Amino acid sequence: MNVLLFLALATQTSMSPAEARPVIVASKPFGESYLLAEMFSQLLEARGVRVDRRPGLGATEIAFGALRAGAIDVYPEYTGTGLLAILGEQPLGSSGEVFQRVSREFRGRYGVRWLAPLGFQNSYAIAVRRATADSLHLSTLSDLAVASRTLRAGLTPDFIGRADGLPGLQRSYGLRFRDVRALGPAVKYQALAAGQVDVIDGYSTDGLIARYDLVVLSDDRHFFPPYEAAALVSARLATSDPRAIAALGELSGRLDERQMRALNQRVEVERTPVPVVAQDALSSLGLLSTTSTSSVRTSANDRSLVGYLSGQRAVIARLTGRHLELVAVSLIVAVLLAVPIGLALERAGGQAEGVIRAVGVLQTLPGIALLAFMIPLLGIGVIPALVALVLYSLYPIVRNTYTGVRDADPAAVSAAHALGMTDRQILRDVRLPLATPIIMAGIRTAAVIDVGTATLAAFIGAGGLGEPIVAGLALSDTRMILSGAIPAALLAIGVDAGLALVERLTRPGR
Amino acid sequence: MTSPGLKQTALDAAHLTKRFGPLLALDDVSLSVPVGACVALVGESGSGKTTLLRCFNRLVDPDAGTVRVDGVDVATTDPVLLRRRIGYVPQDGGLLPHWRVLRNVELVLRLNADTRATERASSALSLVGLDPSTFGERWPRELSGGQRQRVAIARALAAEPSVVLLDEPFGALDAITRSELQESFAAWRARLGMTCVLVTHDLHEALLLATHIAVLRRGRIEQIAAPSTLVAEPVTEYVRTLLQRARVAQFAGVA
Repeated sequence: MNVLLFLALATQTSMSPAEARPVIVASKPFGESYLLAEMFSQLLEARGVRVDRRPGLGATEIAFGALRAGAIDVYPEYTGTGLLAILGEQPLGSSGEVFQRVSREFRGRYGVRWLAPLGFQNSYAIAVRRATADSLHLSTLSDLAVASRTLRAGLTPDFIGRADGLPGLQRSYGLRFRDVRALGPAVKYQALAAGQVDVIDGYSTDGLIARYDLVVLSDDRHFFPPYEAAALVSARLATSDPRAIAALGELSGRLDERQMRALNQRVEVERTPVPVVAQDALSSLGLLSTTSTSSVRTSANDRSLVGYLSGQRAVIARLTGRHLELVAVSLIVAVLLAVPIGLALERAGGQAEGVIRAVGVLQTLPGIALLAFMIPLLGIGVIPALVALVLYSLYPIVRNTYTGVRDADPAAVSAAHALGMTDRQILRDVRLPLATPIIMAGIRTAAVIDVGTATLAAFIGAGGLGEPIVAGLALSDTRMILSGAIPAALLAIGVDAGLALVERLTRPGR
Repeated sequence: MTSPGLKQTALDAAHLTKRFGPLLALDDVSLSVPVGACVALVGESGSGKTTLLRCFNRLVDPDAGTVRVDGVDVATTDPVLLRRRIGYVPQDGGLLPHWRVLRNVELVLRLNADTRATERASSALSLVGLDPSTFGERWPRELSGGQRQRVAIARALAAEPSVVLLDEPFGALDAITRSELQESFAAWRARLGMTCVLVTHDLHEALLLATHIAVLRRGRIEQIAAPSTLVAEPVTEYVRTLLQRARVAQFAGVA
């Protein structure tokens, strides 16, 4: 692979000049967000606007951070999330008041625009099994508060943490669950259906609510603010591309909750590909001519995993290639940084442990947090992904280089010293070659971690095998998850085996 | 030991003191080694014998006292250059495991940028009884313990230093290999005539190889004498006990 060419391309994709760049449409990593983003994209394309899709960006911090930094141009957001999670304000008033508030504040503070809402609300929905609701006579959240001490909740980590989630709900209703477990969006419905938990948080438009025949408890104290869906648009797009703004505006007020739930159900339950559902939705709204030719329109629902993977092989090959590029470039850069650091630390002696521990702290930073920090500096795409991967790869290589050269065969080192080698010569000609197997072990560890961590790159639009994993998790689509996870696992094994070969070739005194 | 003037002094240590934390490793030690002599430093672990040896090539710098090599105060010389002109044989051979045998023997020659490094290393290998064409390209781990030690000696001798320091060079070998190598070493020394300082805890080895024996105890020299003198006239109770324990009486009779 041509590293320089790749870096050049990476720089270009993540920091391309403002003129003549396509409209970058992003989404957050859950089903409805994917679907709305795809509808935005197809509508823009139908109106002659070039589009670059970056679906599945990390979470609110990353998607909004990217929009604010101008790294993306539009993504679907909810007014309540804007008010509480981004502005950090308290819930207030009607949906109209909330929209007015976020419109004014976002424009003033960030230059970011809310287009007129799409027409439906997608609030948090606290749901229980019908049997639970019947036996405990639950129909409102106040009812739930009374029974909550006997119930186990399975909530998304996001919901557990945010002010408009569990903490606020506990304060407002006096909820005290017997147990609260953090569950990913992909598994919470199954966990509830299987009786592993009794209460979950969902979205009111989730297609799975109907599928599992769940009861959504009404928010009788109006704790949740209105969550009206709308297109959130970057300052750049709002001021420079009236044609795109007009196209996106065509969707305003056109979708109601019933329609949205039906569309979500097609995606989440029937496993119809998102582009197909988006196209059908736009057609039925009269926004697309129904005769538009469709490329990949067959639902892959009836095919086996092997059939699915084989059908996706071109996509998988492309994603695997990108994944390998991310791993290779970040690993090479990490080696070029970490080995000299490790060697320098051997000379530094006493300070070494402290420095290595500091490098180790990097390892403990949550990936999403690290990526979110970097957006203002590096935007989204390949560059911040590479920087994050390099930071995560440093520790095992620095640690092993340092340990390897420090503990290199003491008899050989002291003989070399006694026969008149300088410290530099000893480091370069004795310690370093003797430490090679240990350094290589560190590089192999870093490489395998790297292959896994590189799936995070999908959260900031850098592609790779994380893309189907993130999308599959969001859409509860196991086959899609596996279409990323299986190649990633094979890649980890392959990279390790390849490096094992390198290790054998570099081993001293073979 | 010998009257000065008759022979030139190769190594001279005067009033050396060295302390490692609470341990007094050398306590006002003086020792003179004439050119061509082989002095054995004998004593228990912790007696200071290895510390004294290491002062001669500045692996250890004494807290007080002066070390001279060929009349020059080593404190004023570059330790790296000093070490390159003094041969050194550690107990375990200390071969570099990632270098082949010949490359190991070339070590000091190459450090000195000797253009005939390979040639001279080969002849050093031949000297210690290892055919360069058979052994030169082997890895250290492919050798027996005795062969490894021969390579270590070849490495120390390759640059033909006037002084060689040996730190328990045969200590890790089995009895048969050890006595073989001791005999060979006596022959090489006789041929090359270099000055040696040999650290050993084995009095037999000292008696066999050395021209002078210094018995060290707790950082001080108890007695320094020619082997026969030492056996015949031990001056302290400690030396007497040492000789008795090593059962060297009959050896002395033979000698």
